[in-house]
Amino acid sequence: MFLNQFLFLAAILFCIGVYGVLTRKNGVLVLMSIELILNAVNINLVAFGSFNQDIAGQVFALFIIAVAAAEVGVGLAIVLLIYRNRRSIDVSEADLLQG
Amino acid sequence: MIGANLLGSSFGGVLAQIEQTPFVRPHIDWHAVAPELVLLAGGALVTVVDVIGLEKVRRIIPSLTSLVFLAAFVPVLTLWNQQGDLPRVMWDGAYVVDNYSLVLKGLFLLSGYVIVLLSTNYMLEGDYYDSEYYQLISASVLGMLVMTSARDLVSIFVAIELVSIPAYLMAAWRKRDLKSNEAGLKYMLMGVFASALLLYGMSLLYGMAASTKLTDIAAALSIGESKPIFTLAIVFTVVGFGFKVSAVPFHTWAPDTYEGAPTPLTAFLAVASKAAGFVALLNVVIIGFPGQADVVEPLMWVLAAATMTVGNLIAIRQTNIVRMLAYSGVAQAGYMLAPLAVFGDRPGQATSAVVTYLVIYAAMNLGAFAVVIIAARKTGSGEISSYGGLFNYAPGLTVAMTLFLFSLAGIPPVGGWYAKFEIFRVLTDGGSGAGVSLAIIAAVNSVFAAFYYLAILKQMWFMPAPDGDHSRISIPPSLQAALGVTVFVTIVTGSVLIGPLSDITKLADLALP
Repeated sequence: MFLNQFLFLAAILFCIGVYGVLTRKNGVLVLMSIELILNAVNINLVAFGSFNQDIAGQVFALFIIAVAAAEVGVGLAIVLLIYRNRRSIDVSEADLLQG
Repeated sequence: MIGANLLGSSFGGVLAQIEQTPFVRPHIDWHAVAPELVLLAGGALVTVVDVIGLEKVRRIIPSLTSLVFLAAFVPVLTLWNQQGDLPRVMWDGAYVVDNYSLVLKGLFLLSGYVIVLLSTNYMLEGDYYDSEYYQLISASVLGMLVMTSARDLVSIFVAIELVSIPAYLMAAWRKRDLKSNEAGLKYMLMGVFASALLLYGMSLLYGMAASTKLTDIAAALSIGESKPIFTLAIVFTVVGFGFKVSAVPFHTWAPDTYEGAPTPLTAFLAVASKAAGFVALLNVVIIGFPGQADVVEPLMWVLAAATMTVGNLIAIRQTNIVRMLAYSGVAQAGYMLAPLAVFGDRPGQATSAVVTYLVIYAAMNLGAFAVVIIAARKTGSGEISSYGGLFNYAPGLTVAMTLFLFSLAGIPPVGGWYAKFEIFRVLTDGGSGAGVSLAIIAAVNSVFAAFYYLAILKQMWFMPAPDGDHSRISIPPSLQAALGVTVFVTIVTGSVLIGPLSDITKLADLALP
């Protein structure tokens, strides 16, 4: 009955995240935008789990938090690698491969 | 405030629920999870041996890893022999070992083995960290094995990340090379974004079904309430998987990543990783959305038609063979998506067609990449023009490449034609307009595809060598073995072994257990 607010918040976060991924040029900010989407998913899962009186949603959210940490760890390592080699983390400058 | 109270009280409810149910150890069928456990233990062993031995063991790590893959293949065979016990169901139906998952486990382990053979010399001769590379390959293949049995949103998500995260690292493996960095960056950003979209779809599915199990989701979907939300969830899920299998319009990362990454890893991404994406898609669509054919089928029709057409049209104008194989792989993904556009009436037949295609595609594409890796040892180039005169100084290699390209183009008697035949059969059997029209599009595309495969053949057989260099290519034993395995499988699947292959891939309806 109060599910709507949570879903609405999650939908807004999701949209901001997708907008950020599509427009940002900075590698770290793209990763942060993806984190926003993942947090929207977590809000959804916890709200649904609470609404349905079901534990699985919260467990799923915990899995997402753990796996997202691994993803961002790897992601930042790759961004750091790019920074070392070209002194810039602008993803739009990475254009050696085309065609 | 009321919202907060409500949330607080329902958290209390959930907590009370946990306290009331005493913990019961779930039944674990150790034989059924043996392939995963052997691979996990083997991967850990490789890590420990590497940490203790350092430089002294550097040369044996590849052989050790390939032995681990073969060891994990043994329990797959013993499970296959005890057909009577299948399907083996664990964790309340969240993890199922059946014929379908065993065929795919075998496929992934053997592809992993061939990839290790392809990587051995490449990694030893370049100045790369190599032990970690093999540990990451084992981890990624472990994710694929889990994927074949996952029948639950959480395990599908964990499996797909276990496949992808090591692959992001391996794509950027050549640390000083800007192209490899860029390949890793593009693959990682697109992959993580796709996972996020997929998860949003999954969260909506969970919310409507109040369960993460695919069979429960199928039951909730068939009741038919909240159709718009379900449709939204299905679209997000399919788009997320679309990135993973490089379906048009979500394919843009694939050619860039394939060109920049180390070539053995490109073979891994193009074959094993893509197959894992298809397995996840099959699990979710066939088991989770069986009653939603009216939503899924048109989506798949558009994806399949766009993927095969765009992939082939762009492949025609490529001059680099790895990029050409990447776009050809995009087009092949289109053929593999096609059966899902008519899965509603015949889910079993559609699954069999996709699995058959995956098996044959793995052999022929790995073989083509083996030839590319061998040729690059001499020419140091991936340009198609550098293949001139190959027949004069490497006739055996040229014949092998000819077989693989015939197979990719679907020319009998090598494997590829049978894979395409199964696809056409499932499309036309029902006689529906959607199926027949897609079959016509696929047929026209096969003709386009033959054009660029034959252009490479012309280069190899009839053109002179670019600089008149006719020195022979030395093929190290590991690459000879990889070539031998892939040539053998590509030939027999199109001729003498069609019967056994169709028996193995004749799969019952997945949604049964």
